[in-house]
Amino acid sequence: MRFVMKKKYYEDIRLFKYRSTFFWYLALVTGCLTIPIALDDYFISILTFICIYAVGALGLMLLAGFTGQVSMGHAAFFAIGSYTAAIITTKGGPLLLAIPAAGILAGLMGIIIGLPVLRLSGLYLSIATIALAFIVEEILVRWESLTRGNLGIYVESPSIGPLEFSSGISLYYLSFVVLIIVILLAKNILRSPTGRAMIAIRDSEVAAQAMGISLPKFKTTAFAISAFFTGIAGALYTYKISFINPESFTLLLSIEFLAMIIIGGLGSVHGAIFGAIFFVVLPNAIILTKDYLPKFVRDQTGLEAALFGLMIILFILFEPMGLYGRWLKIKYYFETFPLYKKDTFKREKSYQKVERQ
Amino acid sequence: MSFFEAKNISIRFGGIRALELVNFDVKKGEVFSIIGPNGAGKTTIFNCINRYYDLDEGAFIFNEKDISRVRPHVVANLGIARTFQNIELFRRMTVVDNLLLGRHRRRRSNLFAEALFTGFVRKQEIENREKAEDIIDFLDLQAYRDQIIENLPYGVQKTVEIGRALAMEPELLLLDEPSSGMTLEETEELSFWITDIKEELGITILMVEHNMKFIKEISDRTMAMSFGEVITQGTTAEVLEHPEVLKAYLGEEDAFTEN
Repeated sequence: MRFVMKKKYYEDIRLFKYRSTFFWYLALVTGCLTIPIALDDYFISILTFICIYAVGALGLMLLAGFTGQVSMGHAAFFAIGSYTAAIITTKGGPLLLAIPAAGILAGLMGIIIGLPVLRLSGLYLSIATIALAFIVEEILVRWESLTRGNLGIYVESPSIGPLEFSSGISLYYLSFVVLIIVILLAKNILRSPTGRAMIAIRDSEVAAQAMGISLPKFKTTAFAISAFFTGIAGALYTYKISFINPESFTLLLSIEFLAMIIIGGLGSVHGAIFGAIFFVVLPNAIILTKDYLPKFVRDQTGLEAALFGLMIILFILFEPMGLYGRWLKIKYYFETFPLYKKDTFKREKSYQKVERQ
Repeated sequence: MSFFEAKNISIRFGGIRALELVNFDVKKGEVFSIIGPNGAGKTTIFNCINRYYDLDEGAFIFNEKDISRVRPHVVANLGIARTFQNIELFRRMTVVDNLLLGRHRRRRSNLFAEALFTGFVRKQEIENREKAEDIIDFLDLQAYRDQIIENLPYGVQKTVEIGRALAMEPELLLLDEPSSGMTLEETEELSFWITDIKEELGITILMVEHNMKFIKEISDRTMAMSFGEVITQGTTAEVLEHPEVLKAYLGEEDAFTEN
């Protein structure tokens, strides 16, 4: 256990609680920047997808994990970002315009859609956002003059000035830098009044109102930030895949994002990243180990989907805090070794909420 | 002109008249209590002030402003803080974070400044923390500062809720049964705090309470209610001795002999 002798209030707010934490993260970032040089294209591609999905998952995490508003329509914002970037790039627009524009357009759509939709809650909100996902998908198919419908759009590799993002590794660096920026933005929002208001709405809407928090305003804000991040992820996805059509943005994608944040651990920034890592690594791990599996397992179709479903069930049952919760426990085990107490993370069950109804 | 006034407020839920033409006014700087048996409509008054329910008739006037048609969060922003009968804290946050949320109405930064965490936001956050620490000192919450609400005993949670309301620096504080579920010592401490809140911080208090001893000690004026109607109001001593109040609480003196 470490204790910090705090002398200033700022020490409560800063991003890294201990000096050593900062150095660990610095080491991690350095590792992420240098190690890929030695890797082949296949692994770099995996890392790039992890970054892209992490950005999107972080977007959904802010909405579902921190504000408590579950959206099943995030594929729509991902698609909006994706198409915005694709169209701007094919028309010759610069990358530095395309990525923010993708985010901002998705964010604006978030506000427009959020205002009516966020009056609903729980299951009804989920259904309304599913409808949103279907509508956007349908628009992408039908608005052929802009989106080329089912033919899809092919995107050339983007560039900033003379710097061209044609190789796998340059795209990885682009995605990684965007991920870092997005994480910092999210962290900053979460340690300031807006972030607190979002978490307050998740924990108790009644009390949040009594604190002077406007529910429509902050729910819509959360929706917009979430859509903004997801839109940016969509833009990166366009450049990575270099060909997009409406089929890439089905309801399944929305569910996959939800699965990522549940497996990663709801209500933590780490969770979004862990979830993305898990989501990208699992199918690849299955492919790599397929040859060693018994034949009747190997030949099953939908092995991936089944395994994914199983993982979600297992996580909800045994580790509701997700991978991040597990990580905290392991960390705590080593910090307090050999005095680890199994029930440290146990919460007292409370029946007050039940009594009130 | 009074500080806070309820004018002919009425509300019905279906066929039940929860409040029927209730009138009262609270003067600046006093402790005003509402008493009455269960179901008298005491908490309903609070929920109407906070705009969780719509009034059917009447109005609340606060600082010469009609607040009976504004949105719920506006009530808080005008300077009315409250606590709840069944604790409505943010259960998964620490004590300090709960207090910081009380500071929300003092927010002057916008989203973009916050996303970049500019110097201004940092300064504001440090100010908020200073204020939160003042309240921790005031209510002796140091030991629980960084603990998660879920793990705290009931009495402490109630205290944190009062602290969160104080962090809002309100003009009017609504306390819904502050002493319920507290031990004798905690209740005693609470009566000191309420006196301090009134005298040192200059906050007016409107309180719903069942503990008569507690009311006798700290309340300046009291209103008694039964089945949505006002029985009587006046100084606390008067009200507690009023025959109708005794009847509402204890029943008719000769109820047994008649049957």
